[in-house]
Amino acid sequence: MIKLKQILKNRFLIFLGLLAFYGIIQILLSTNILNDYYEINIVLMGINIILAVSLNLINGFTGQFSLGHAGFMSIGAYTSAIITYKLGLPFPLALLVGGVSAGIAGILIGIPSLRLKGDYLAITTLGFGEIIRVIFLNTEYVGGASGLSGIPKYTNWTWVFWMAVITVVLIRNFINSSYGRCCIAIREDETAAESMGINTTFYKTLAFTIGAFFAGIGGALYAHNFYIIQPETFNFMKSFDILTMVVLGGLGSITGSILSAIFLTFVYAVLQDYAALRMVIYSLLLIIVMLFRPEGLMGTKEFSLKKLFKKGEKSSEFTVN
Amino acid sequence: MKTFIEQLINGLSLGSIYALIALGYTMVYGIMKLINFAHGDIYMVGAFTGFFASTYFHLGFIPSLLLAMLVSLILGVTIERVAYRPLRDKSKISILITAIGVSLLLENGGIILLSPQVRTYPQIFKQHMYSFFNGIITISNQQIVIFVVSIIMMVGLQLIIYKTKIGKAMRAVSTDPDAARLMGVNVDRTVSFTFAIGSALAAVAGVLVGIYYNSIDPLMGIMPGLKAFIAAVLGGIGIIPGAMVGGLLMGVIEALVSGYGSSLYRDGVSFAILIIILLIKPTGLFGKNIREKV
Repeated sequence: MIKLKQILKNRFLIFLGLLAFYGIIQILLSTNILNDYYEINIVLMGINIILAVSLNLINGFTGQFSLGHAGFMSIGAYTSAIITYKLGLPFPLALLVGGVSAGIAGILIGIPSLRLKGDYLAITTLGFGEIIRVIFLNTEYVGGASGLSGIPKYTNWTWVFWMAVITVVLIRNFINSSYGRCCIAIREDETAAESMGINTTFYKTLAFTIGAFFAGIGGALYAHNFYIIQPETFNFMKSFDILTMVVLGGLGSITGSILSAIFLTFVYAVLQDYAALRMVIYSLLLIIVMLFRPEGLMGTKEFSLKKLFKKGEKSSEFTVN
Repeated sequence: MKTFIEQLINGLSLGSIYALIALGYTMVYGIMKLINFAHGDIYMVGAFTGFFASTYFHLGFIPSLLLAMLVSLILGVTIERVAYRPLRDKSKISILITAIGVSLLLENGGIILLSPQVRTYPQIFKQHMYSFFNGIITISNQQIVIFVVSIIMMVGLQLIIYKTKIGKAMRAVSTDPDAARLMGVNVDRTVSFTFAIGSALAAVAGVLVGIYYNSIDPLMGIMPGLKAFIAAVLGGIGIIPGAMVGGLLMGVIEALVSGYGSSLYRDGVSFAILIIILLIKPTGLFGKNIREKV
């Protein structure tokens, strides 16, 4: 028998762990033990976690190979920047509108393109991502090629941390719900899932939309962290970056995505001045992982604290399951 | 009218180049069901080989073209052997991710080894314009070279595929790899050969682009690679005449968009074509509908 009390107790301990982790970093940041350089990279880690986990929902759990995540990210970034910078409205609203507009774009793009499979879907989503970029490139209202600069800096450790936690928790709960089971069934065998009565188009579009929504939130956080956004920032290289995180961590593992997002952001920070070298390392990682461990580092497994410790307190980043 | 014809000729020259790259995509897809993302970068390597051959070794057009074809051919076959062959039985997604990885590796390896700067291609043919019909049609000798070389390559490819034994093997493997293997076709060798031909054609395209636009850089393969893929899809992927027609169409459409509209929209229009064709007729202009069986 499952003891509800035990579950609630575990949840509470996990929450306490998260709170403690958040508090420690917040203190280190506010006392300047971790300076601005660290803050930027920690914030970037959080944004990358949101992006990687949301792409994993589409690519890893539902098995629909999308290469257009940067496009959704840019929609979130631009709409949120318009809300705060052009219209002067509050930041939480901007986050929400950024996510919702990216989600709507996800529905609009998902319905037609999810009829396609595998590599055709990959190239179509890549195409949509590029079309979104070209549209921003040609829209004078958002600055065209030179981009939108002077966006107020609202993104900080608090926002990023709790948005990342919300993203991970919501996506985890989605996957463990009956909806998520349907998505996994589609990944395993679409024809079989359909013959079991699963409305594959609905669930694929649903997963795509949720993934796009969180990519939009990630984009909104990104825009309010760097003062400036340009269409070029969100080209398909950005999608490949996010894809590398998901593939390295394991298609179908949330904790894998979190770990590899942290690791690859670290690599990014170390090799900031050597962009080409960084991409060579990324590409070699992709090739080597595919050749020797095609399921990624974690496969579809989750890193669970229950198996390691009796209590879920030590490291809050791993407290997904 | 004059601008229209001018853009049409520009488009046809650009389209011949797309067609040459698209042929590689379509052959590899036909035989392995793989979008070889690295194909555009093999074209880049071909262009750079041609550049080094004619700038530093002072080779003429034909020798540097042959050298570029040889280098790209070796590169293409090596990529297939090292990165794709071990994954042939695995899921299509893992081989696609590997292809993306190889593409990123070639691009950024190229930036590290060759420096990201744009290089000026030597003028092998001094530009000379020919006019016909009182100047309504003007065509440069470079464009003539592009047309002649691509026609020779396409005819040669048709001869290889339809008149030789290895061509027959290629057609057999693309129809059904398992049945071909049962009939005694060496599938591994056939796949290698397909990569070899495709890469050599990409190298030809690279050298021709160098001559036509006079500038090359390590990232030059990304956009033409994607557009050639679109061209292959437009004509019906896996179908060789489709790739030729698709390539020419893409080139003409692009030239007309940049001639009459904004060149900023050029890339967007190409992707819009891809999406429209995939949604309306995913098998392409020349494709037949095949029902999926379980």
